[in-house]
Amino acid sequence: MINAYLRPDGRKGIRNTIVVAYLVECAHHVSREIVFPYREQGVHLIGFPGCFPNVYSHRMMERLCTHPNVGAALLVSLGCEGFNKGKLQETIRKSGRPVKLIEIQGTGGTRKTIAEGKAWIEQTLKQLEDAPRTPMSVDELVVGTICGGSDATSGLTANPAMGRAFDFLVEKDATCIFEETGELIGMEHWMAARAENPVLGEEIVKTVAKAAKYYAAYGHASIGPGNADGGLTTIEEKSLGAYAKSGQSVISGIIKPGDVPIRGGLYLLDVVPDGEPRFGFPNISDNAEIAELIACGSHVILFSTGRGSVVGSAISPVIKVCANPHTYKRMSDDMDVDAGRILEGRATLDEVGREIYDLIMRVSNGEQTKSEDLGHQEFILTYKSFEPIGPACFPSAA
Amino acid sequence: MTNTTTRTDDRVLVLAPGDNVAVAKSDIASGTTLTVMGQAVTLRTRVEVGHKFAFRKVAKGEKLVKYGAPIGVATQDIAPGDYMHIHNVTSDYIPTYTLDEGHEFFKEAH
Repeated sequence: MINAYLRPDGRKGIRNTIVVAYLVECAHHVSREIVFPYREQGVHLIGFPGCFPNVYSHRMMERLCTHPNVGAALLVSLGCEGFNKGKLQETIRKSGRPVKLIEIQGTGGTRKTIAEGKAWIEQTLKQLEDAPRTPMSVDELVVGTICGGSDATSGLTANPAMGRAFDFLVEKDATCIFEETGELIGMEHWMAARAENPVLGEEIVKTVAKAAKYYAAYGHASIGPGNADGGLTTIEEKSLGAYAKSGQSVISGIIKPGDVPIRGGLYLLDVVPDGEPRFGFPNISDNAEIAELIACGSHVILFSTGRGSVVGSAISPVIKVCANPHTYKRMSDDMDVDAGRILEGRATLDEVGREIYDLIMRVSNGEQTKSEDLGHQEFILTYKSFEPIGPACFPSAA
Repeated sequence: MTNTTTRTDDRVLVLAPGDNVAVAKSDIASGTTLTVMGQAVTLRTRVEVGHKFAFRKVAKGEKLVKYGAPIGVATQDIAPGDYMHIHNVTSDYIPTYTLDEGHEFFKEAH
């Protein structure tokens, strides 16, 4: 059983974080200065850089500021940007979380805003010490998975081991989310065969076709020079490895960024925008996807890496599973799990899968991951555009 | 009883029956002779952990199959023991970007 934080809206979190959110790049520095003295006390910086409003990014900010790991939110506005700050503040207020909105222009500039922001943080940190605790069972847990800095070992060790951990979680009715449809190219028919029903299977095939078309329009697949140096030859081969993260459970639905599944199971997160390609690449780097997994309710993120990524995230802890035995030796300070042991014959996939599952439980009970301990709190949010999911994508909602 | 046609060295993985690529489980030196699916294969280059090599002839235009899935197509004839990577294999979807200046994506950017 997990000893969780109970939020006023009834949701249960595994961290007691305050987010400071800048609502335009012009408020970024001021927000960072507010966070800096408290960065080791669970105060995290998130934000949106654009001055033009965007439905997707507004919804993402609402989901992130009312995430179960978040106890309170400070919104920092320059004053003249396009972000609908009043609406965001109202959504957070209705969730019962303490919220404050500061406008730099109205407050009188940088120095006064930083002082006012820090005073609010001091007071709110004290208030959150009394956040009520409640038992939380595995079936209330949401876990997301991503791979980054992949190489040819990722699909042999870390990804299938995380897939085993997903299978153990889904057996206990937890919610598991995998994504990166641009890295599932070639796997669509295998995935469709695992769908809860044939109609959902058809939707999965369409979702991957959308991703392939989108990336083709930019002339670049979701595979980089480091992937190739690490032995991944084509996007199909990378996809084959990435697909292994999903495990072997039945796929219960497709969700889009900000959709929180209403019951346990395995879900595919469609991260590729709808409509004609615009706003650039679907996810400019791994943290954009992590932010989306968190907006879908993920309490914990499983991150596999072969080349060696060091990132963590704001809001939810990131567990780093290292696929490549050479990389683990070089970068063990950044890695939570050594899955390269599987290639060396020192552990089986099931053993590493079980180790990941056990670590998820300990992290949910407060144990710090390597990236948390090192202070990693990366965050990115940019422009996108989505249509709502159709009824066929989410059979359990019907 | 060991099946002589599927017998494979411990340093190598053939992930599914029907695959035509072998995967190195550790770094293997050039010139090493290994048994893969019952065939003796001598590596023509060093092959690093996770990387791939051919253990039978793969003709230009033939699909590469790994874990039972097509992962690309041979752009030239590939001989047993040849390293398989972006120099002799390409995607059926979108070509792989590298930092090589001759790459299409780099040219378009200028």
